[in-house]
Amino acid sequence: MDSSFFFGISTMAYILAMIIYMTYLAFKKIQIGITATTVTIIGFISQTLALILRWKEFADLSGMGFLRSAPLTNLYESLIFFVWCLILGYLIIEFKFKNRSFGAFITPIAGLVLAFIDLSGVSKEIQPLVPALKSNWLLAHVTMSFIAYAAFSLSFSTGLMYLIRTTDRRNELSYIFWTITLGIFVVVIIAMGIDLLTFKVKVRPEVFVKSYLFKTSFLNPSSAVKILSWILSMVTLLIIWRYGSILKTVIEKFNITSELLDEITYKSIAIGFPIFTLGGLIFGAIWADQAWGVYWSWDPKETWSLITWFIYAFYLHSRMIRGWRGKKVAVVAVIGFMAVIFTYLGVNLLLSGLHAYGSQ
Amino acid sequence: MEQRTGKTFFDKIWDFFASIKFAIVIFAFISITSIIGTILEQKAEPATNIQILTRLFGESIAPSLYTVFNKLGFMDMYHSWWFVVLLILFSANIVICSLDRLPRILKLVKEPIVPMKEEQLKRFVMYREIVLNGKPDKVKDAVSNAIKSAGFHYAESKEEKGYQFFSQKGKYSRLGVYITHFSILIILMGALIGVFFGFKGYLNLPEGAVANEAYSGMEKGIPLNFDIRCDNFDVDFYGRSDMPKEYKSWLTILKNGKEVLKKSIAVNDPLTYEGITFYQSSYGLVPNSLERGIFLFKVISSNGKTSNLNLRLGDTFEIPETNITGKIIDFSPALKIDKNGQAFTYANQMNNPAVYIDFSESGNHTFSGWILKRYPETWQLPGGNKVEFIDYWGVEYTGLQVRKDPGVWVVYLGCITMSIGLFIAFFMSNRKIWIKIVEEKNNSKVIVGATTNKNRAAFERKIDTMISTLSKKEGVK
Repeated sequence: MDSSFFFGISTMAYILAMIIYMTYLAFKKIQIGITATTVTIIGFISQTLALILRWKEFADLSGMGFLRSAPLTNLYESLIFFVWCLILGYLIIEFKFKNRSFGAFITPIAGLVLAFIDLSGVSKEIQPLVPALKSNWLLAHVTMSFIAYAAFSLSFSTGLMYLIRTTDRRNELSYIFWTITLGIFVVVIIAMGIDLLTFKVKVRPEVFVKSYLFKTSFLNPSSAVKILSWILSMVTLLIIWRYGSILKTVIEKFNITSELLDEITYKSIAIGFPIFTLGGLIFGAIWADQAWGVYWSWDPKETWSLITWFIYAFYLHSRMIRGWRGKKVAVVAVIGFMAVIFTYLGVNLLLSGLHAYGSQ
Repeated sequence: MEQRTGKTFFDKIWDFFASIKFAIVIFAFISITSIIGTILEQKAEPATNIQILTRLFGESIAPSLYTVFNKLGFMDMYHSWWFVVLLILFSANIVICSLDRLPRILKLVKEPIVPMKEEQLKRFVMYREIVLNGKPDKVKDAVSNAIKSAGFHYAESKEEKGYQFFSQKGKYSRLGVYITHFSILIILMGALIGVFFGFKGYLNLPEGAVANEAYSGMEKGIPLNFDIRCDNFDVDFYGRSDMPKEYKSWLTILKNGKEVLKKSIAVNDPLTYEGITFYQSSYGLVPNSLERGIFLFKVISSNGKTSNLNLRLGDTFEIPETNITGKIIDFSPALKIDKNGQAFTYANQMNNPAVYIDFSESGNHTFSGWILKRYPETWQLPGGNKVEFIDYWGVEYTGLQVRKDPGVWVVYLGCITMSIGLFIAFFMSNRKIWIKIVEEKNNSKVIVGATTNKNRAAFERKIDTMISTLSKKEGVK
């Protein structure tokens, strides 16, 4: 049995868990809840096994020793590790706050990421390392960055849920903000899904972005399709805006108070921020100093990490000094996560720079 | 910020720099310009950025947009004067905001904790009350033990109808934020030291060559005060692929003509001498020298006789104790043989060096063939002789990044300070606790009031455990 076998099990477990968590929300039966948690834990354990196995496979293949062979060197491996951190974070929250409803929000993210890996042409091969990645800093820098990313994505989900829960007027700014954010998210996912299903190509992600992304919709050669895509997107946004209150009623059923959501948002950021500073920025700078001879070179990845860091620093300051609570800071948390997504994926797929490893 | 009347001009400036609006504006400017800087390629050829702008805004306005951005310094924006000004304003904001709030926080830190009245304690968010069996004198020790085992060094005061214990922990943790802010300034200071007293350059050093300066951009060479020589350069590939596993340069430092240091460097493993660091960054072929290198062969005859040879293209050599001679007649830096058996050069790098040798025995041509450096099976000749292709030396250069940065240790110091500051700011808290014992009908009423600036839930749990142990031990009325 190799790592891919256990990765397969964990993918299925997370998708199954997603369905069970949703059923749990609908019926509120404790047994269903326990089943959902069990399935998630099974998925988590087999993913952990898979990670260890892949690590070992990598170490055997490269002959570089265990410390330097962390399976965190390309997009596939980093996405897998991201899902692992996310599920770990979720399980901690479930046990700490004794609340399961939240699982219906997290397992779909895990499922989506894993589905993306399978549908797109992200290479699953173990690739030999380029010389710059052969360093003991790889393990510390990349693991800590991803733990922070996972913490930030938790804060994004709770922040978004907070906004959905607490806004009620359709002309309210924070209501418009969350409906548009969610709407764009949905539109992009659907458009990408259509691209993936239409072209059925297995190419490297940056090639996909360059030559295929949105070619079935917004960038279609036929202007009729183009206009239609824009109209449909607008309609989607309008529908989400018009019927956003349905989501609100759903979330109200979760028996999570808005205070708890606000607290989880804050705590995830309060954990993610120092880890991101140390592992992402400081360790990254030390490593860059060793490998490239500059601790800071304003390369796009570095610049975007700094922007992300600024946004979360702003979140923390506005909460501490200004005493902002609730909607205003939740908006900042949501914006912060958009910067995280761009730092992680956007920079590698859209911009060029020294940090090109993550896109292979 | 409190409203003061009769503000001086200095106060106004101070308030402006300390205001959150100013912070937001600076932050927004830094972010937006940085984003533009990541989209436009920095220090690139104009054509590259015109192409990027064309893709984003269309062909018609791209050239004029380019002119505007270029005039504003966006093509090398992180080094432009206005970006440096933004960073300076950002530091000024941090300094002034910190100074603005520091007195209040210092007062809070210095302020000694004092006993409280019952009504005051009742107003705390964290407030507990139990009644224990026995008079205050009896339960006193149990209460003081409980507070001690919770990790507090307490002070005690005798009161009219009982006692009061009070204590605080981690009062200096309130300074964590300031340590973090201060660390940003240390880092920026280190960066400035690097800008003023350091340099960044590069040096392409061919195998066998010696240099005493590094280069940066168009300027003249930067003198190194010593000589550096590249003894050898080599690339290791993964298996038989063309993917480099490691590149290595063997360097020697010479001071006044004497060898003082020898080290092989690789990516992630630089060499430092007199504060100047050499990083392995690239490599390539020295132009017009492909045919002038030296072949290093180790020739082994079938009876084990060995000789090491340095040869050039066109040279003839002998296999020891035989009358076989070889003549090097062709060379390829990257040889590949196509389906029809035709040999060709597939890359402009030394990816797969190969030599074509004509062999003769006693003057009669016997056979010819390619010998490849990366394929040891081609070294074996018919008749048990062997020609090991060790290296083709003197045609490659090693690309070194040369840097002197006396500020880097200051930057690291700032990073350490920041880690400590963040740890204190996020994971330590200032906890205060008051426990008052009041006699009530021959029993003791125990009132607990507490505050913390962080993680109230954890502190509350601790207090509840404390109370439950107390009540188990002394018995609740």
